[in-house]
Amino acid sequence: MRSIVPAAVTLAVIAVVFILAPHLYGNRSLLFSMMTFAALAQGLNLLYGFTGYLPFGYVGFFGTGAYTTSLLVLHSHLPVLVCVLAGGIAAIVVGVILGPLLRLSGAYFSIANLAASQILYNIFSNQDLASVTGGPYGLKIDQVYNPTASYYTMLVILLLATGLAAHFRFSRFGMALRAMNQDPTSASMAGIDVVRERLIVWLISAAIAGLAGGAYAWNLSVFYPDAVFTLQISVFAIVFALFGGVGTVIGPVIGAVVLYTLYNAVGISAPQYFEFIYGLLIVVLVLFLPNGLMSLLARRGIRVI
Amino acid sequence: MSLLEYALVGGILYGIFFALVAIGLNLIFGVMRIINLAHGQFVLLGGYGAFVISARLHLNPIYGVPLAIVGAIIVGVPLYYAVVPRLQAGRDPEMLSFILFFGIAQMIDAVLIAVFGADQRSLPQDALGSGSISVLGQSFPDSWWVAAAMSMLVAASLYLYFRRTRLGFATRAIMASREEALATGIDVQRVSALSFIIGLAFAGIAGVFVPYLLGSISPDIGNELTTTSFAIIIIGSLGNPFGTIIGGLVFGVGTLFMQTFFPSWSNLVPYALLVIIVLLRPAGLFGRSVRVT
Repeated sequence: MRSIVPAAVTLAVIAVVFILAPHLYGNRSLLFSMMTFAALAQGLNLLYGFTGYLPFGYVGFFGTGAYTTSLLVLHSHLPVLVCVLAGGIAAIVVGVILGPLLRLSGAYFSIANLAASQILYNIFSNQDLASVTGGPYGLKIDQVYNPTASYYTMLVILLLATGLAAHFRFSRFGMALRAMNQDPTSASMAGIDVVRERLIVWLISAAIAGLAGGAYAWNLSVFYPDAVFTLQISVFAIVFALFGGVGTVIGPVIGAVVLYTLYNAVGISAPQYFEFIYGLLIVVLVLFLPNGLMSLLARRGIRVI
Repeated sequence: MSLLEYALVGGILYGIFFALVAIGLNLIFGVMRIINLAHGQFVLLGGYGAFVISARLHLNPIYGVPLAIVGAIIVGVPLYYAVVPRLQAGRDPEMLSFILFFGIAQMIDAVLIAVFGADQRSLPQDALGSGSISVLGQSFPDSWWVAAAMSMLVAASLYLYFRRTRLGFATRAIMASREEALATGIDVQRVSALSFIIGLAFAGIAGVFVPYLLGSISPDIGNELTTTSFAIIIIGSLGNPFGTIIGGLVFGVGTLFMQTFFPSWSNLVPYALLVIIVLLRPAGLFGRSVRVT
């Protein structure tokens, strides 16, 4: 139970930083995007960092959440927060449908997941369904536009994801996950229901992306399908998580804050240079620092959560 | 009925050509057990090579084929020795290569946008013959036939390489068992490097014809080409270059049928095929079960 203290401190620091930040820095939409990517990097970390399954099509859940939330806002009279919650639930439903993908090993899972997200994108943006989903023209929910409320909603989602990461890191459940990741056969011998536990993490990870997608749609309030289904969102989540350090609690958040700040400092003027730098960063990370920034601290004997 | 015949004949041509697009990815996976997620971008590099030859040097874009081979040697040798041995020594080469080559794909995308812009580029329509050839009353431009013929030529030369040359024997030995190949004194690194270069060269050669089959090329279709190639090689069994032809045919006929009868859903074909095949038959249609777990 000694682990509760550092986890609580981490959550408190994140909360204070993002509550104070809008008072110190005017560009709130930038801060919002930063939180979105931190939440996504953390959600991806839950699955990749703790089970070794890299969801390349993670954006599929994000887009599903964004669309579900927006369609409910348009067609029901539910409060917006309930609609965001429904975005998370819809992502879980998609996760259940895609559950059989978990039978695949490593790279097959990743590529099949990528294909699945493309299928979702093609369905939501399809011209034939334009009367329901808006097709390629996207959706507009500006009647509920509320940058402040959506900002704090995203903060709660980020805290939830980070809290789950802390739970995975320190609980018995997390121990089981680590055992499965290292050696699934031995883990199942030790009485761990490998398939069930992996599915649970998959669905939790999906739910985080779905919730984030819902809050993101609320904050934008007008979006095209490309905005919530672009592969770039998966890429950002993967790069940020890898950079900070997967399998840790604070790594993905720090990765997102550092790299997204950098991206905005340099990237806006010349996005294609940044794509190049990100590509190079991925190559360098895989070759020289596969466990991210946090492993540098851990190597010096500093305890990292 | 003519629509049906159009979809069938067109699908076979389209599919034979797409086997060429995918075959390099399969060769590299079969020999090195690493996944070249930048495959589609290497195809694009071949396409842009042909574009430069045609638009800037005013030569026939077919010279893009030898250029692709030269380019594959220039790019492939340093790239192979810089990353592949290091990846294979690591703990999870399959997954890490997947991420690493994704990084390389992003870099190539960025370079292509910086050099050529994001616009769609096409090649002169009549460069590969201005007529068309008809089968079953359905006519297709010469360029489609040339592309399919090139694909057959590449597949046949790969077959002869595997069956008739010492290097080809060594390559097959490594595909069957890397450790045993090493133990019998095969220079695994050298043979693997050669396969890597051949794989990239095939991708580049395919790229020369992509502007004809798809109408144009642009930097943003790289990932789509990669996923399509993946679908094709998984249908035809990973690591088995000849299953790739069948995989290409399934993809080609499926795509042209959808384009003909349900055009707005045709983009789904490679992705849906991929998901269905990996779930139903993870080893592919011709699985000698080469799938590693």
